[in-house]
Amino acid sequence: MTSTAELAEDATRQILTSLGAAERGVVVDSPPGAGKSTLVVRAAAGLAESGEPVMVIAQTNEQVDDLTDRLASAHPDLAVGRLAAGGYLPAPRLAGHEKVTVATKAADLEQCAVVLGTAHKWATVSGDLRWPWAIVDEAYQMRSDLLLRVAERFDRALFVGDPGQLDPFSTVDTDRWAGLTWDPMQSAVAVLLRHNPDIAVRTLPVSWRLPASAAPAVSEAFYPFTGFTAATGAGDRRLELLARPLGRNGLDQAVDMAAGAGWALCELPARHTVRTDREAVLACAALAERFLQRGAMSYSEQAVAGVPVTASRIAVGTAHRDQAQAVRQVLAGSGLREVVVDTANRLQGREFDIMVMLHPLSGRRDATAFHLEAGRLCVLASRHRHACVVVARAGIPELLDAHPSTEPVYLNQPVRFPDGWEANQSFLAHLSQFTVRLP
Amino acid sequence: MSGTEARLARVRGRALPRSHNARTIAALAANPGCARRAIMDAAGVDKQRIAAYTGYPAPFGQSRFALARGTAFEAQVKASGAAGLLTLLREHLDLPIPEAHYDDLNDVGGNTDLTVRYAATRQKLATAVTSAADAGTMFDHPLLRLEVGGRHAFLEPDLIAFQLRGRFHVVEIKSFAVIDGQADGDKVAQAAIQSAVYVLALRQALAGHGVAPETVADETILVCPKDFSSQPAATSVDVRKQLTVLRRQLSRIARIDDLLGQLPPGLTLDLDPDGAGVPQRKPAGLAAAIRAIDARYAPECLNTCEMCFLCRDEARGTTARLGRAAREELGGVEDVPAVLRLARGEHRPEEEGDLAEAAALLRSAAALRAEILGEAV
Amino acid sequence: MSTLISLARAVAVERELAQPIRTVRHVHLADRPLVFIPLAMAGEANAPLAAMLGDDPASARLLTVAEPRDRDQRFAFAAELAGIVLGYIENSHAPQLIVPNPAGVTFTRLLGRSTRFRRTSGEWAVPAGVPLLGRWLTFFSERYEHPASSLMVAMTGALTEHWATGQSPVEDLSLGAVLGWVDPPSGMSGAQAAAAAEDPVVCPPAGPATDPTFDNEVLEPRMLAIRTAGLTGDGRAYDRARQAFDEALATQLTPVWAMMWRAVDLLRRVPEAGHVRQRWTDDLDAVAWHAGHIGEGGPPQARRDGAVAAARRLANMERIQEMVAVQRAFDDPLVMAEYRMTGAAFAGEVVHAEPDRVDGSGRRRVLRPRVTLVTSDDVSEQISASELTSPARPSQKARVVSLTAAGDQCRVTVELKGGMGRSLTPVPGSVPAVGERVCYAMVSDSYQNPPALPAPEDTPWTHGGPPPQYTPADDEAREDWS
Repeated sequence: MTSTAELAEDATRQILTSLGAAERGVVVDSPPGAGKSTLVVRAAAGLAESGEPVMVIAQTNEQVDDLTDRLASAHPDLAVGRLAAGGYLPAPRLAGHEKVTVATKAADLEQCAVVLGTAHKWATVSGDLRWPWAIVDEAYQMRSDLLLRVAERFDRALFVGDPGQLDPFSTVDTDRWAGLTWDPMQSAVAVLLRHNPDIAVRTLPVSWRLPASAAPAVSEAFYPFTGFTAATGAGDRRLELLARPLGRNGLDQAVDMAAGAGWALCELPARHTVRTDREAVLACAALAERFLQRGAMSYSEQAVAGVPVTASRIAVGTAHRDQAQAVRQVLAGSGLREVVVDTANRLQGREFDIMVMLHPLSGRRDATAFHLEAGRLCVLASRHRHACVVVARAGIPELLDAHPSTEPVYLNQPVRFPDGWEANQSFLAHLSQFTVRLP
Repeated sequence: MSGTEARLARVRGRALPRSHNARTIAALAANPGCARRAIMDAAGVDKQRIAAYTGYPAPFGQSRFALARGTAFEAQVKASGAAGLLTLLREHLDLPIPEAHYDDLNDVGGNTDLTVRYAATRQKLATAVTSAADAGTMFDHPLLRLEVGGRHAFLEPDLIAFQLRGRFHVVEIKSFAVIDGQADGDKVAQAAIQSAVYVLALRQALAGHGVAPETVADETILVCPKDFSSQPAATSVDVRKQLTVLRRQLSRIARIDDLLGQLPPGLTLDLDPDGAGVPQRKPAGLAAAIRAIDARYAPECLNTCEMCFLCRDEARGTTARLGRAAREELGGVEDVPAVLRLARGEHRPEEEGDLAEAAALLRSAAALRAEILGEAV
Repeated sequence: MSTLISLARAVAVERELAQPIRTVRHVHLADRPLVFIPLAMAGEANAPLAAMLGDDPASARLLTVAEPRDRDQRFAFAAELAGIVLGYIENSHAPQLIVPNPAGVTFTRLLGRSTRFRRTSGEWAVPAGVPLLGRWLTFFSERYEHPASSLMVAMTGALTEHWATGQSPVEDLSLGAVLGWVDPPSGMSGAQAAAAAEDPVVCPPAGPATDPTFDNEVLEPRMLAIRTAGLTGDGRAYDRARQAFDEALATQLTPVWAMMWRAVDLLRRVPEAGHVRQRWTDDLDAVAWHAGHIGEGGPPQARRDGAVAAARRLANMERIQEMVAVQRAFDDPLVMAEYRMTGAAFAGEVVHAEPDRVDGSGRRRVLRPRVTLVTSDDVSEQISASELTSPARPSQKARVVSLTAAGDQCRVTVELKGGMGRSLTPVPGSVPAVGERVCYAMVSDSYQNPPALPAPEDTPWTHGGPPPQYTPADDEAREDWS
């Protein structure tokens, strides 16, 4: 094992060992791609095998299915229950696992050593069913009022999540609860720790996803206190383009830059535009397409001999739904429906070989808290295993420079780091060395 | 006087520069992109006077009731060697200050010279750090200094607490109420950034005596009336974010040369007083000079800047006047006649391309309103 | 804020007159609302200085406090206010409180807070009615935050919900300016009227903040005169000083009173939206519940929400906000227009209809009419895959079955389900006919269940465990109000 792998394994083992002695629980901060799901699976199996039934709480059905699949694959003899809501259609990949039972009533899964379900489904489980242990996945994205609704079900819990990603939100005005230790708008972890400061917070120190070209920049911009390193070294990941450029043009320069350095900043001329900036949308779609046209091949520790990058391994990320919609339409026009296009919100937790992102501040005259939010940019910047291309109009440094700092401040409210402005500044500074101008 | 100072002096004219205080330094963060404000603040121009002179008096008055209340509360908190405050700090914030040492830094043998007072403050505070005595102390009437755009601003925080663990905490006394543990978010924000100004100034003051910056805590203490009484309550306020904002703004001010370079040569806001001190400058001329400096008006200026009415009038007919969100919603189009033209499908050839998307957006909106209201936009 | 509303603002700038942004009124207006205009003393947390209130435009009650910092005078004010407000609530079967602006709501909320924990007996007794007033003021100010409630209205908000002025949202907080735009006096444009309203001499601020110049030049000397007369014991001088003080405050409040009732009239002229009556019924249920709670000796509202209360309130707010949004879209084509702009709805004229179409592919034959319409709106992929509802036939569901471009328009065919009766022949009128304008939206006003929450005494350890039981403490009655 390499030393970073040892580091990661040590950290994981320490976490698993600490569970037994924990009075109430353990919190694990997991940077992007740090093996959170593996930890959840190992912890669930470990606890189950030691005789303690476990409930696993994830935030979306996809996450639940994913964890169920992994758990059942790694421990085929374990009786696993998948707690589902009424309209749920069992995922095909679960069909192959003999010892996985799907049911809508928790009571029907009492014999299972591990029961997995979404937080919203668990919140409807009433009665006296309790579990000695719960594992809460994506606990930083879970709103604390949702935690309140499930917390009666368990005695102790392992909370795992990524503190650098998007904060919970609401469309309702929530100032009335600002500063309360049980503010429903705070994340589940934040509220948990405020009431239980003795709970240990551990970190997973290594990202298996982000390449060596990305981990330092993402760590510095978005994880200012704990930081993390890449599992792989500089030569372990490569992106090669089989076909030569179609000519001297910015698009190919950007693709070449990204393949070589792992990053590219595709800079369009400065302009204030509508959100669905046509030029930017076209550039995002064209970049995704160009990687495919040039026959991108990825080489990694998982595929030493190289494997072609397929459309579904490329994603385009945006801040707004209408931007994603616009990019999707352009790609559909080129027959490229398999390229994943979505907003940062919906890309959380997902992984791709190549990421193309439309910078949240591109084309804007003024920034709002939404666009400056560090978590949004962090999600978009940390999905990739090989390369990330950022499309942005010039002028973002000027925008940041002119940004007024006039947000209200509430008493007794924990200060959230990293600051969105600082994170944006740090990330942009890093990207500037990879600038390619379009046209 | 440096080159920059000379140019700023020329812009200001013969009037004396207005000195900065924590409130005005804090206000630098309110609209950093506005060159007009940046230059006027850097030059120490009396914005209130200028605004009134050009016929746009600022809407900010101060009710004497409010002033009286603020003064009274501060006096109450600091009464009797700030004994009440000491009890508060001990009880509410668990600060071990067993013995109340109260040191009035104003006591410099009657010498009111700012530089002397500043030196005395630095000396006493630095001594407190290095002294072996383990008593905590509260320093009243400290005088601090911060360099803002090449000039020194003298600042007077309400109080500085020094506690046993060897750190200084800035204490800010404000008369807005904290009710059930919460207060007006905008007022707290202002207080927080003002406290950050003092933290910065204190760190600078002590740096010269070799004291590490961490000795001045990020945690400041806000003292406000509790609920509906005039009893004080203390809350900790973490100002780390405000400090980074401030440092940013101060370094921007330091780059004022770039902005000055864009001004027409010889531009001045001087009021041209005659021998008796009566201003002779024509208001229209002064207004024209002001307009030669780019502004970045937003309705938020109405709450924060004395020039707001002049800038707002100048912004008449622009989408900026309707607010930042409105301009964005209108596709970023800068002026209202253009918005309406595009909405009516009458865009000019030069507006093709760049404004095509905004035009499409506006046309859709116009069509919907026309369909529903039964009349064209 | 939206493009539609911002465009309306731009038109308002051009026409120098506020432009309608709603076709119907989404807030209920009681037959006899209680207009309440409070003034607070500058610099204090919530020291009442004066108030003008009443449910009849022809008879305003003026209450003033000569020494706002004096505890006894404050409670005397509260007692007098209680008499009026509680009397109004009791006599009105449909009470509604209207204040000029959101700051007025904050004032009301704080006044409720500073009075509801008091006691009418014991060492720190306050006059009868004061604690009860506090509970009702708190009740109304909490309902203000409720998306479906009209029990408490801030007039600037009610006006700007229905009209777009030619100024910014910041300036829209001034009642005088908004009214200037919406209803300028003859001979003046909306823009001119709004500009005039910025002069506090011409148009006093709607409060609770007073004009600082008024404070310094008029109020302070008159308060001093009262104090002096009080000290010298000269009864006649005191009465004169008091009268001068009241008159000064009346000069600030009477113009606002007139503006408030003008605004009520303007709003009344806008026809009420369809779902408003139903929401108002729910409002009255809440009033009845609160009255019952007080009657049964229930405790006053907590200072701050506990963990469970906060979770419940948030879930409620979110659920209700969503429901109200859909109701407003169904009631008002200009609200639905927002959905059409974002691709969440489309509308057009029916060009072809098959009302009797039956689908025999399943086990049973079912009525599945189809209609084809032509629309200029965007019909996105997302909307094509969703279940749609039409405001005109809310119990009917629709699905897009085909979509073809036709120039810069779209031909959309939808298949309909439900809302047509039980037989295989649709009830007349239940299927759109050729020539009819229809709208389909990707929204549903179906009811969502409130979430299950633990009882407060079962607050889990993650949220700090059960909170201490509420016992009305002496401290609260004694709490300073100085």
